Amino acid sequence: MATKTDVFQHPDYYLMDELLTDEHKLIRDTARAWVKKEVSPVVEEACQKAEFPKQWIKGLASIGAFGPYIPEQYGGAGLDQISYGIIMQELERGDSGLRSTASVQSSLVMYPIYTFGTEAQKMKYLPKLASGEWMGCFGLTEPDHGSNPGGMITHIKDKGDYYELNGAKMWISNAPFADIAVVWAKDESGAIRGMVVERGWEGFTTPETHGKWSLRASATGELVFDNVKVPKENIFPEIKGLKGPLSCLNSARYGIAWGAIGAAMDCYDSALRYSKERVQFGKPIAGFQLTQKKLAEMVTEITKAQLFTWRLGVLKNENRATPAQISMAKRNNVNMALTIAREARQIHGGMGITGEYPIMRHMMNLESVITYEGTHDIHLLITGMDITGIAAFE
Amino acid sequence: MKILVCISKAPDTTAKIAFKDNNTAFDENNVQFIVNPYDEWYALVRALELKETLGGTVTTISVGEVDMDAIIRKAFAIGADDGVRIDAPATDAYFVAEQIATFAKQGAYDLILTGKETIDYNGSSVGGMIAEMLNLPFVSLATKLDLSGTTATLECDIDGGTEVLECNLPLVISAAKGMAEARIPNMRGIMAARTKALQVIAATTADKLTEIKSYTLAPGRTTCKMIDAENAASLIDMLHNEAKVI
Repeated sequence: MATKTDVFQHPDYYLMDELLTDEHKLIRDTARAWVKKEVSPVVEEACQKAEFPKQWIKGLASIGAFGPYIPEQYGGAGLDQISYGIIMQELERGDSGLRSTASVQSSLVMYPIYTFGTEAQKMKYLPKLASGEWMGCFGLTEPDHGSNPGGMITHIKDKGDYYELNGAKMWISNAPFADIAVVWAKDESGAIRGMVVERGWEGFTTPETHGKWSLRASATGELVFDNVKVPKENIFPEIKGLKGPLSCLNSARYGIAWGAIGAAMDCYDSALRYSKERVQFGKPIAGFQLTQKKLAEMVTEITKAQLFTWRLGVLKNENRATPAQISMAKRNNVNMALTIAREARQIHGGMGITGEYPIMRHMMNLESVITYEGTHDIHLLITGMDITGIAAFE
Repeated sequence: MKILVCISKAPDTTAKIAFKDNNTAFDENNVQFIVNPYDEWYALVRALELKETLGGTVTTISVGEVDMDAIIRKAFAIGADDGVRIDAPATDAYFVAEQIATFAKQGAYDLILTGKETIDYNGSSVGGMIAEMLNLPFVSLATKLDLSGTTATLECDIDGGTEVLECNLPLVISAAKGMAEARIPNMRGIMAARTKALQVIAATTADKLTEIKSYTLAPGRTTCKMIDAENAASLIDMLHNEAKVI
């Protein structure tokens, strides 16, 4: 298995570094140094074995990947949204599964607890989630309700002292090892409610999903609730309806928009390097027009995505980024990264299918990323609805 | 334990090197600067390890203009307590050493650490000059540093082996590979770096003893000539007449 030195350099064709603060760059360099030291040497083997390297959790916490924008009083780093995006970019440059683990912890677990939780819930859970002592997962998608989460059948019944939770969730990142789950279920009035469920409660199990060809270094599973007694103090008190889970997905999708640039940059960097070293017909294949077309289009698309997403970060910092704007960035960037991964695979020739290079791993990972957190098609329909005022999916 | 660590900046090792003004100046346009690795990985980290064991403070000192501040903040993120920047371009080793020595005289530092060299100009001069200006002992290219009371035990690589030295504090040391293991900053450190004190002071008058007249890039990689393994005579002929190395 390849353990080559990770010599990644990011393309910065439009000098985007000048749009970042010194602190942004320090955060990026720190995350990148950690990925190069702790992730790159082992990620190929982890994916081949379909194992999540647990030792990554401590490092992720150390570089601030768990809840970077959560205020310091709850154990977060109190950083801005661009910092969060940059960390996601660097993690996904390493592996989409690694970024998924951090995205879930930050945007789908810590964010709802911070935004919708009681003060007691925040104090109980957030510091331990920020330090990685506890890991979390997020239960929204069900076997029969993916793009249409409002149709969920998981539900709670008021039993006086507690709520009784029944149902099942599917495709849940981090589920097999998570200590807690943020779960969305309908109450007796049909309103969607959020709650924190802890591992160890009777009737709560998390069977692992095996046989994935994608995100193999990230653990995925189900959440099964069989008459689970949820204490009333574990319910988010105010938030009702799809707005709750969708606001979490907004935050996560924003992180994915940045993360996908990382995967794309890694594929481009590897392809550029390989094409200058691989000699055919007496010259490096980088000297052939068809290779240059691929590389030039890659760096063009990466550059566009960098600037587009930086602007989204500015809007997010100003609390002005709309869900539709985030959908557009998630959709564009993941598709861009997947296209680049496929083109980079061609440039690497046969070597591109091996674990010697990161290409095939990124490509397979991105097949999940283009589907989860809103599919490629659904995001297009969100843009369509936003510009026409007519929802095509209802 | 009061430790002063000299921090300089250097171009990232992947930077494309170019010159301007008729090859008399380094073109910094689009060059990413980093903390000089010998200063960061070995001098600073060993200083922090000693502080963590023995207590005390680690102060950084740099000579440079405002673009040095990001470099100094990284040293803060790794763990330095505070820092000083002498506000002047660092163009000459004697000038830099004079600035640092002038500041250090007032601080009664137990240890002054530098990296063994900066990876751009590779001068290796500043540490020795500081020691001379402060009338302190100087150990260069140290690969190991331990302290017991006021005695430092050091190891240095020598041709074919290692020498072990003892020296009393205060002392100036230039740190080489092996003295410590590079640290990646953590988020707590990055957050703390925002509020650590970075004192900017004016440069004192000092001579600049050297001036760079021009730069020339090393010749690029040339093509490889393949010689049949059976044809040793041709190889010897080319080494003698073309390469002129034998």
